[in-house]
Amino acid sequence: MASHGVRDKVAIVGMGCTRFGEHFDKGLDELLLEATDEALASAGVARDDVDAFWLGTAQSGMSGLLLSRPLHLVGKPVTRVENFCASGAESFRQAAYAVASGAYDLAMAVGAEKLKDSGYQGANAAPVPTDGTNRTLTAAAMYSMIVPAYAARYGLRVEQVKEVCARIAAKNHRNGARNPRAQFRKEMSVEQLLAMPKVAGELSVFDCAGVGDGAATAVVVRAEDAHRYTDRPLFVKALSFVAGNGDGLTDPGYDYTTFPEIVQCAEDAYAQAGITDPRHQLAMAEVHDCFTPTELVLMEDLGFCERGTAWKEVLAGTFELEGELPVNPDGGLKSFGHPVGASGLRMMFEAWLQLRGEAPEGRRIAVVGSRDMALTHNLGGYPGEMVSFISVLGASPG
Amino acid sequence: MSDPSGRPRGILAAAGYLPYRRLDLGTIGAVAGGGGGKGWRTVASYDEDATTMGVEAARLALREVPGVVPDTVRFATVAPPYLDRTNATAIHAALRLPRSSAAYDDLGSVRSAMGALRAAMAEPGGSLVVAADVRTGLAGGPDEAAFGDGAAAVVVGDAAGAPVLAEPLSWASVTEEFVDRWRAPGEIRSRLWEERFGELRYGPLGAEALASALKQAGLTVEEVDHLVVTGTHARAVRSVAARSGVAPERLAGDLGASVGNTGAAHPFLLLASVLERAQPDQVVVLLVLADGAEAVVLRTTPALCGRAPARPLCSQLAAGAPVPYGKYLSWRGVLPVEPPRRPEPARTSSPAAARSTEWKFGFVGSEDADGAIHLPPSPLDPLAHPMAEAVGTVTTFTVDRLSYSPSPPTVFAVVDFEGGGRLPLELTDVDAESVAIGDLVEMTFRRLSTADGIHNYFWKARPVRGGGS
Repeated sequence: MASHGVRDKVAIVGMGCTRFGEHFDKGLDELLLEATDEALASAGVARDDVDAFWLGTAQSGMSGLLLSRPLHLVGKPVTRVENFCASGAESFRQAAYAVASGAYDLAMAVGAEKLKDSGYQGANAAPVPTDGTNRTLTAAAMYSMIVPAYAARYGLRVEQVKEVCARIAAKNHRNGARNPRAQFRKEMSVEQLLAMPKVAGELSVFDCAGVGDGAATAVVVRAEDAHRYTDRPLFVKALSFVAGNGDGLTDPGYDYTTFPEIVQCAEDAYAQAGITDPRHQLAMAEVHDCFTPTELVLMEDLGFCERGTAWKEVLAGTFELEGELPVNPDGGLKSFGHPVGASGLRMMFEAWLQLRGEAPEGRRIAVVGSRDMALTHNLGGYPGEMVSFISVLGASPG
Repeated sequence: MSDPSGRPRGILAAAGYLPYRRLDLGTIGAVAGGGGGKGWRTVASYDEDATTMGVEAARLALREVPGVVPDTVRFATVAPPYLDRTNATAIHAALRLPRSSAAYDDLGSVRSAMGALRAAMAEPGGSLVVAADVRTGLAGGPDEAAFGDGAAAVVVGDAAGAPVLAEPLSWASVTEEFVDRWRAPGEIRSRLWEERFGELRYGPLGAEALASALKQAGLTVEEVDHLVVTGTHARAVRSVAARSGVAPERLAGDLGASVGNTGAAHPFLLLASVLERAQPDQVVVLLVLADGAEAVVLRTTPALCGRAPARPLCSQLAAGAPVPYGKYLSWRGVLPVEPPRRPEPARTSSPAAARSTEWKFGFVGSEDADGAIHLPPSPLDPLAHPMAEAVGTVTTFTVDRLSYSPSPPTVFAVVDFEGGGRLPLELTDVDAESVAIGDLVEMTFRRLSTADGIHNYFWKARPVRGGGS
């Protein structure tokens, strides 16, 4: 048994992504049509050319009919998948494996979410009947526990960690301000961010991802067919996925300063992609900054820096747009917004723009020489019980 | 009184439970435009009801007599969380009593508690009698200030599992039908007839019951060491005590200025209090004025000497903390306050709850072959691991101002238990500002929420505060 991956067997030949935000004037159908049409146009294919579809959505509806109905698909295999906030990434995995296996020639992965019809702020999962003993804590509160834990483990004051978190938010706001598709396009200073009232632990609303509506899509084919559709495909270097078993919540050894699922997932992804030094081999990374302390921990779990040093690297600007390894150049969940099922594909959309030199000038990163790979990291769940997805995409075939 | 075994039968343990929160009666007038007064009353938290407080009192009582497994649980309250279905079954489940133990409610009146105790003394086997009340009245009214919330539990049995602390010598009951205090079902307030009417009725009733019980026991009032008088009519209680012939220094206090009258729980609460300070071989009389009068005469035994109550009432009295009057009103549902804008909890699934009774009500985790503890229990583990009495430490915590709670904010802590096991748990009876990493916590049975009339009972953690183990 082994995780072999599909390195250089699959290519992305078209992508689409709606603006993310409070689309009170658009339903899921409109968002799905907009994102799929953009991807089909960029691949130069028609709806009917797609052999199979996967739709990732956490809570916007059920079954493949959610997609086949608005797109008027006839006789097509359409599957809805769900894996918490990694549902969009999950749809991509299914589509990629489908073409890699030879079962289909051209497949489409769609991620979409309509959150703003619920009447409540934040994301609210549909209630499943339970015995009533399950935790009722919000995600913000669960992730807020990282702040004091990280401070304690590395001998920092909580205020220092808060400032690091504010730096992360300021960076992602700055990047998002340069992104016309982002939900929040306003720059925020560290001082402004630190002055916000707390909503969960030490976190303010501005430490949390934006919650909005949106959709993103990718068209995938076997790598050898890629140039039939585009001159500049992206090649899949790694697709890695790990579902934890919830042990962290009840394991007294777990200290809320790392996500073991992500460490395992990264190890697998780097092995598949042949990456040994991610910080210097990757051109950029899109990571799941659902909350600012999440991004802090991810820098270490993804191997971008040594354990216990991410806070210093953040302060040193390592992950800024002009830094050594730009992280979330599109603004991340923080500024781009987080329509749950769409986020995993939205991250790939940024890799699609950046590695092809199509990102707006204000946020375009330097993709130089052999350093033409991007990592996207999409997680779902909470510290101690999460699913983790990582893709590595590259502009050059193997 | 003795049971067929011939062993003496009597009270094996008694314990009171006082909720953590206290209302300063002096703060009522400014809001309600009058009422209140001097002193304090106990206040059940927003997550407590008669059942949860009853569980807490029963845990304390049973902790004193670990060898006793009650054959019967009787639960008396004026404020039952459920009608039509039994409330005592939740207590039975939380205490993890055997399936073969019976559980019965005695509902609706203060007097029902005495009926439950009398039945327990008359039936064979071990009996646990629990009484609890959340006592409400209209804002600014005399009942609001005179009442308190709390619970008490008495374990009755023969000396097989534990020594008898007090043996009943006699019981006298006088019943009379007259309406001086009443409450329509569903109302949060009681109504009262003119005070003098009840006082004049109860005077002779109390005297008659006391005289009758003492006569049956072959005792005189001079031989009474502790006279406890309580009931539904405060003035009648005072005058019956004053005219009883028992010397004033032998009249037990009524906890009126610190707890308030806890309704059905009050007779047991005062009895538990007396048994905490009584000496061996003393005569204790409990006289309850409620729709007639009930008098029971008890004689304490030498076993009182070696007794160590799990959590004496005096220490619980000292451990309380104030609750603002506005919050008190909102907890009782009298003052609706804006809830967090989050979906309210869905109702608990009855089949799912029924499948996990040991976890949900008993707080029983599991232990794997390597001794690791799992909370909730893992179906892969071979051993059950009861955790309700375990003490834990706050490893980290957070204050959640976003999640739905009947009384925000929610304080959640990751708790590591002594002897193994970790669980993220909601904290209760805390102020968010005062929680710290390293705090010791213990488990308490609470009502998390109510939806569609179904109460969601489960355990929370609360700080360990003085007052014994």
